[in-house]
Formats: sequence, structure tokens, C-alpha cells
Amino acid sequence: MSPLWMVRRIGFYVLITLVLAFFAVPMLWLASAPFDSKPGLGLRWPDWTFSNVVATFEHPYALTSLVNSLVLCVVATVVTTVLAALAAYALSRVRIPGRDLLLYLLLLLSSVVTGTAAMVPIFVMMLQLGLINSQFGTALVIAGGMLPAAIFILKDFMDAVPRSYEESARVFGASPRQVLSHVVLPVARPGVATIFVWAFVNAWGNFLLPFLLLRDVGQQPAAVLLRTLYDEGGSANLTVIPVFSLLYSIPVVVLYLFVSKRYGFRFHGGIKS
Amino acid sequence: MASSLDSSGLGVRRAVGFVAPALVLIGVFLVFPALWTLYIGITNYQLTGPAAANPRVVGLDNVVEAVRDPLFTNSVWLTALFVLGSAVIGQNVLGFGLAWLLRAVRPWLRRTVEGLVLLSWILPGTVVAYLWFAVLSRDTGTLGLLLGSPETAWLVQYPMTSLIIFNVWRGTAFSMLLYTSALAAVPPSQLETARLVGASGWQTVRDVVFPHIRGHVLTNTLLISLWTANDFTPFLLTAGGPNHQSEVLPVLIYRQALESGQLGYASAMSILLLLGNLAIALVYLRLLRRRA
Amino acid sequence: MRRTKVFGLLAVCGLLAGCLGQTQEGDQAQNADAKEITLTIVANAAAGGKNARGANWLQNWVIPRFTELQKAKGVTATIKFEQNGAGDEDFKTKVALDLKTGGGGDIIEIDGIWLGEFAQAGQIKPLNDVVGNTDWDGWNQIPKAVQGLGEFDGKRYGVPMGTDGRVLFFNKKLFAQAGLPADWQPRSWQDVLDAGARLKALPGVTPIQLNAGTAMGEATTMQGVLPLLAGAGKPVYENGKWQGDSAQLKDVLGLYQKVYGGGLGDPVLQQEAKGRDRSFTLFGENKIGILLESDYFWRSVVEPRNGVAKMADRDTAVGWALVPAKQAKAGVGGQDFVSMSGGGVRVINPNTKYPRQAWEFMQFLNSAEAVKESLAGAAQLTQRQDVNDEVLKGDPMLTFISEKVLPITRYRPGLADYPKVSAALQQATADVVAGKSPDDAAKAYRDALVKAVGEGNVG
Repeated sequence: MSPLWMVRRIGFYVLITLVLAFFAVPMLWLASAPFDSKPGLGLRWPDWTFSNVVATFEHPYALTSLVNSLVLCVVATVVTTVLAALAAYALSRVRIPGRDLLLYLLLLLSSVVTGTAAMVPIFVMMLQLGLINSQFGTALVIAGGMLPAAIFILKDFMDAVPRSYEESARVFGASPRQVLSHVVLPVARPGVATIFVWAFVNAWGNFLLPFLLLRDVGQQPAAVLLRTLYDEGGSANLTVIPVFSLLYSIPVVVLYLFVSKRYGFRFHGGIKS
Repeated sequence: MASSLDSSGLGVRRAVGFVAPALVLIGVFLVFPALWTLYIGITNYQLTGPAAANPRVVGLDNVVEAVRDPLFTNSVWLTALFVLGSAVIGQNVLGFGLAWLLRAVRPWLRRTVEGLVLLSWILPGTVVAYLWFAVLSRDTGTLGLLLGSPETAWLVQYPMTSLIIFNVWRGTAFSMLLYTSALAAVPPSQLETARLVGASGWQTVRDVVFPHIRGHVLTNTLLISLWTANDFTPFLLTAGGPNHQSEVLPVLIYRQALESGQLGYASAMSILLLLGNLAIALVYLRLLRRRA
Repeated sequence: MRRTKVFGLLAVCGLLAGCLGQTQEGDQAQNADAKEITLTIVANAAAGGKNARGANWLQNWVIPRFTELQKAKGVTATIKFEQNGAGDEDFKTKVALDLKTGGGGDIIEIDGIWLGEFAQAGQIKPLNDVVGNTDWDGWNQIPKAVQGLGEFDGKRYGVPMGTDGRVLFFNKKLFAQAGLPADWQPRSWQDVLDAGARLKALPGVTPIQLNAGTAMGEATTMQGVLPLLAGAGKPVYENGKWQGDSAQLKDVLGLYQKVYGGGLGDPVLQQEAKGRDRSFTLFGENKIGILLESDYFWRSVVEPRNGVAKMADRDTAVGWALVPAKQAKAGVGGQDFVSMSGGGVRVINPNTKYPRQAWEFMQFLNSAEAVKESLAGAAQLTQRQDVNDEVLKGDPMLTFISEKVLPITRYRPGLADYPKVSAALQQATADVVAGKSPDDAAKAYRDALVKAVGEGNVG
């Protein structure tokens, strides 16, 4: 054990500790404010109480909104993941002319549509399609915005699946559908899992689209509800907000833990050329 | 078409069938509204008021006005700073650093660090804004207490620095994940060789690791740059203030569209943001091609 | 499925050019004798959230009652309530999108200040044009000035939902410590500054909170610039022109400079994204001496049971005083004291299928019984004099607003350009807080104003 080795070791752990602190410190509010009798926009040792939790559970729409969020996000996420996986696979395996250009264009356009300026076209379009007040329709709009990036990332994963696997499967007479479901998808599973969580997280936080497109408060997701927890003059209702934030975060964390345990949460490969 | 490359036996027709559902959805819910937005960008359309009743096509007037508007140029610089500081440098470096450092540590420590980093990525934006108020606010903020200067209002006195650090916290997870898997693809034998010849950590990264993961670095940088350039979360933290010092483009667009109802003008700025994104993508493509 | 989507898409393409800004004319008497009606009311209120009381009232009292009344007349009425609860700008956007596309509720609750914008866009129409005859005994109960909230260009567009008034709130405990009277009533801006100077001696206390800057948004204009401008003697909009960099505006900005440059206010707080929330918390913690706010502050912020910054001793600790003009007789119309007011308005959608029934529903919503019920036992300034006479008795603060403030108050000009002017005024105060001189800030304001509304509209 040379002194230099010791210094490097200590330095290494100091560094890791700092990084841990950097990522952990902001989380403390989520642990203290929900159980504080006078929660504020700062951190303090709570004056423990459970009344905020009770107040939140008594809120007429708090729990419904979480269920709505789940429905909305599951639809948007499943649509995104399935369609993106199919498209990414095809784009990875078959050369369609102008493929890369198309992907970049779509990726760029997706940034326009996720911005606020596109709200009028989206609203008018959904009205004409009769999809106002439809959770399914709203989920489709959200999915449409996420698809290009999902395809872009998933194509990388599909590119990384060795083609020899598919060739062997074909030798044994597997149909393309079987090749996809029994050979490619299992290998690309961590990538698909990643996109699933990524899409879910994105849909979970979306406010403006559900707000404009869903008119019935009983259908609105948690992201919209969180914005209603203010009084007439615009002051935040800090009795309900911290507890609700905690509840609102839990499904995403649970989903992540489940997916990462079951499918592994790893990227494979990058752009191969 | 090039059936020798078609190892999966997919065939062009079936491939088109696989791509079609995604393309239909993208066409209806993305391309169409996006093009319409671009069209609104050349009108003087407003949400309410006289111009709402009779919008006129004004051509490139909006674009000219935006380019002449000091608030817009201010926004462009702030956005560039935000992307460069928090994404290109911050998330990239920290993400790679974490991926590199965590290769060798005990599994429990690795899982803890990764778990926390990912948590900051998956929490919803509105919640995250509250978390950071608790860190950065005056008098009771955690950072002020830790540094012994509770009277500092970080978001007011150092708005851009705060936002950049916040966004590093928020987005590093993606880079970390991508680089972790990229590093797994570097042949261990080459790393071993580097160790045997006595290369320092930095030399190893530069000469052995980097050539292998260059493609990943570029993919990662492109995606996080685009996401950061279009990120709206800064609005929740600073509302663009104080005095426009942290008004990045998505925030400016939001304020023009929703607070002033000037949809034509806001759409024109969206077009300019799109062109900015295009520039990022072109640089990326060029770098990628140079490699090949 | 796919086919309908394609057709839908074609329909949208066809409308692409024409869709921006079309509205249809309705027939005032259509469906007047219908036996089955459906009416939707849209409000920025949500149970358990923003304006929860209003939401509960609509849901649990109005809808069942009105349905019953209709049933007695042999009409099956289905009343729907579309709850919102978003930020004002988000809600406004939603309503504008609805009206623009020919949809939306039959009765819509909006902020009175949006009336002009919607009217100028043709998205709402004068009440008479929409529903025909609007004779109603309730009009006699609504004071003329309050009725003005629902009017634009001399025409009546809707029925106001109540109003408010702005005063100076002060902390009597801090005043006692600083040797200031509990029945404080400043008679000039200088009196306020003098009181501030005395409060400055108390440790950890911010003497004056006068909203400034863009982060506070409309709260800066309504609880800052506009009452002060009225106190300087010139309203922001007069004879068809917006006030430019006038001497009065420079006076107002000069006062801001004295407060924030002179250590009487906290300049940093004005720039924080949640500065207004924080100012409320600080007042509740006895750390702010004087604060300009509307009666909302009394009813909902420092209210002892449910307020967002509860003060258990509100009734003894919080005092209020009229906002003085710059000096005696210097206010608009030679007034000694000034105030500003706002309030919501209910309008009837020009696209409603049941105009007569919507008007009937509107009358029901504004009946004395309904208005009283909407308060759920709390005191608040309603649109109806008879209700106010009854419910305000127990609350000295709101009685004060009703008797002393409403006679001297002003309303904002409800024009489409107003939000831009308001934003420019906010920017001017932000500049002063950041250290610019009042003259420079006023000049920059004028430039911004000219750009926003055109040279010809600036006085």
C-alpha cells in the first residue's frame, strides 16, 4: 500500500461522496415537507404530522388523477414502445432510401410540436377528429411527439443485435415475425425497457396537452391536478402539494425498479456505421 | 433492394409494413401540426383581440422582428450557454465520469449511486422544481445553510449558473446509462494492455476508450443538446427572471404564446429554434461522417 | 378507424386556411321551447383546488336546484360543470381556443379584464345580441360601477360575479414596536415612506412590500403601478390613449426608487419566481410592515383557519388603511385616496344552442339566494348590494372595502392591448428595482409601449 495509492483511494471516495450528496440533497424536501405541519419552500426538520396526508387523501380528485395518469401514460408508452420497436427494427435491417435524413427531420419536428406554439394546430386538429375529451386521443398525441426520439434510440439497439442470430433462426425456418419476437426482442430487451421507462417518464410529466384536450376534471391526469392546487390569488397550497408530489413520484419510481429488476436497464451499442 | 443485407428476411414490403403504423401516427400527430405551426409563423395570428378575428399573412416579418428584438437575441445566447454548459459539458462529463468510476466499485455502492442519479431523472418536472426551490431559496434553502450564507437568493443572484447546475443534476442519468453500456463494449484486453504499459487514467481514456465510444459520444451529445435546447423546466424555477437573465428560448416562446397570446410571433420563434436545432444536428452529422 | 382518420385529416386540411377566427351567428330564440336542454358552465374553479368553494357551490347547490326548478316547469335539464383550476393564462388560452372553434361551455366565467380582448376578437357578443331581451330585476341590485366590469365599448357583455378593492395592510404588532399608531392612515406617499423609515429600525423586518418586477406578473400592475398612477393623478388609459413616459409615471417610478433604493423594500424578493408567495409567508411571520393588496389577502391569505399564510391573531394584528394619493387632492379626479378593483364576469357563449335557457340559468346564478349560498358562510364582496348588506356586517375589513373603497376605486381598461401595456409597466418597475433611474426606465417603457400598441395610441 503505497501512500500514493492511499491518497488516490481517499480522493476517489471523497469524490463519490460528493456526487452522492449532490444527487441526494435535493431529495430531502420530499422526505420532510409532506410530514411537516407548516411546510414551506425550504428545508427544515419537520414538526411531524400526518394531517397533510389525510388532507390529500380527502381531496376529491387526487387519487382519481393518479389513476388517470396511469391510463394515459400506459397507453402512450405502450403505443410508443411497440411502434418504435417495429419501426426501428425495420429501419435497422432494411435500407430504405433517405432513412437517416428522415429520422433527423422527424427528430427536429418533434421539438416544434412539443413546444407551446403548436397548441392551436393540435387543438383544432383534435377537435376536427372528434378526439377532444378522449384519453386515448390525448395519449396518441403524446405518443406522436415521442416516437421520433424513441425510434432514433431504439434503432441503435437494434443495430447492435448481431445479424448472425437472425440468420441462424432463419435457417431453422423461423418466420420474420418469429425472428423478431423470439430472437431480436429478447436481445434488445434492455433497450426496449429503457425506451419504455423514458417514454413513461415523459408522458407522466406532460401538462399542456392533457390540460387543453381533456375537459372533464375526472379524466385529467396528476400533472394537471398538481397545477390546480393553488388558491384564487395564485398562492400554492402547501398542505396538499408535498404529499401529492410524493404520491405522484411513486409510480414512476416503482415502474423503474420493476423494469430494471426484471429486464435490466442498460443501453447497448451506439450508432454503428 | 440489397437483399444480401437483409439478414432477417424481412423484405421491403414487410419492412414498410413495420414502419407504417409509426409513420401514420407521426404524420397525423406530429408532421401535420408542426407544418401548420410553421404556417402560423408567417401570419400575425393572435389568440384574442382584433388580430384573432382576421389574421393576415405577414411573410417573414415575424422572423425579422424576432432577430431585431434584443430579448430574442438575449434568449439565443442564454440557450446556447445553457446547452453548452449543462448538456455538452456538464451532463456529458459527469455522465462519463460516473460510468468510468463506477466500473470498479462494490455493487451496493454502484447501485446506490446509480439509483439516486436515475431518481433525479425520473421524478416529474413540477416536483423537481419544488425540490430545487428547497435547495436554492433564501433563508431556509439547503445550499445557503450548508455554505453558511442563508441570505443568498441563488436563483436571483446566479440564475444561469443555478439553472445549469440544476440541469446537470436533472439529466446526467441518460449520459451515465449510455456511457455505461458503451464502456462495456470496449475490449477488456485493450484496457489491460494500457495498464501494462503504464498508461495513466487519462491516457487510457483518450487513446483506448475514446476511439471505441466516439459514436456514442456523438449520439449522446446530439440527443441531450436537443432536449436541453427545448427544455421548459427553467420556467418553473425562475420564470425567465430576474429581468430576463434566464429567459431561454422555450421560456420566451411560452411567454409570447400564452401570456401575450402572440401565436404568430411565437411560432416564428419556434421556427428559429428549429433552425438552431438543425444546426446542432448538422454539426453532429458532419462529425459522424468524418469518423467514417 | 383509419378511414375516418383520413377523412378527418382531409377535413382539417380544408379548414386550415379558414379556421383561424371564424364564429357563427346564433338565433336568439332557437330552442326556446325545448323540453330537454343541456347547458355547460365553465369556470376556473376545481373542487379541492383553486376556488374550491365556487366549485362546490356549482356542483352541490346550483346544479341540483336549477335542475329541480326546470323539472317543475316540465323541462329536463342536464347541467354540466367543466372544472378547471389552472393558472389564469392557461385558462384564458383554453377558453379562447374553445370560443375560436365554435365550442366551449354555454356560460363561461372569465376575468373581467379579458372581456375586451374576447369582444374585439368577436369571440363573445353583447348579451342582447346573444339572448335577446335581458330585462331582469337583479340589475337594480348591482351597483353601476360593478356592472361596468361586464361592459365593453358601452355594451353589456356579461354579468359580474363580485368585486374587490385594494388597500394598504399593515402589521399592528410591528407598528406598536416602531411607535406607530394602530389606526394608521397615511395621507401622502411621504407618510408611507416615513412609516417605513421607522419600521426599518426593527431588526429582520422589511418595512414595505410594494410589488415590482415581471416575476409577480399582473400582481405588480394591480397592487403596485396602477393604484400609484391613480394616486399620481392620471389613469393608465385616457381618451383613447395609453399613458407614455409622463411626469406621473416618473413620479410612480420615483416612489419605487425610494422604496427599493432606500432600503425600505427587499429588491431580491421582487425577482424571485415565487416572490409573491414568499411575501405572504413573511407577512404572516411578522417580518413585513406594510403591504399593498386586495381584500383577497384578508380573506384567503392571512385568514386564521384556511389561509395560505395563516395568522392566528389576524383580527387583532392586521390593520388596513386607504391607499393615499401622492398628496392630498393629487389623485385622479382630485381624490385624496385611490384604489383599483377587478373581478370575474360570467358571459354567455354566442354559440349556445339554448340562448334563452342560458340567460335563465344566468339569472338563477345571480339571484340573491344563489349568491348568498355561494359564500358558504364566509364574507366576501358580491355583485349584489342586498347580499353585501347582509353578509359583510360581521367583517370590519370587508365592510370597509364596501363603504370606503368601492366609492373611490377604478377599473382597468379591458382592451386587447392591456396585457402588453401591463407587461411594459412591470418591466419598468423591474428596471428601477435593478438600479435604473426612473427617467431611463420611463423612456424604455415608452419605447416598449410604442412597439406594442403603435405610436398613435400613446399619449
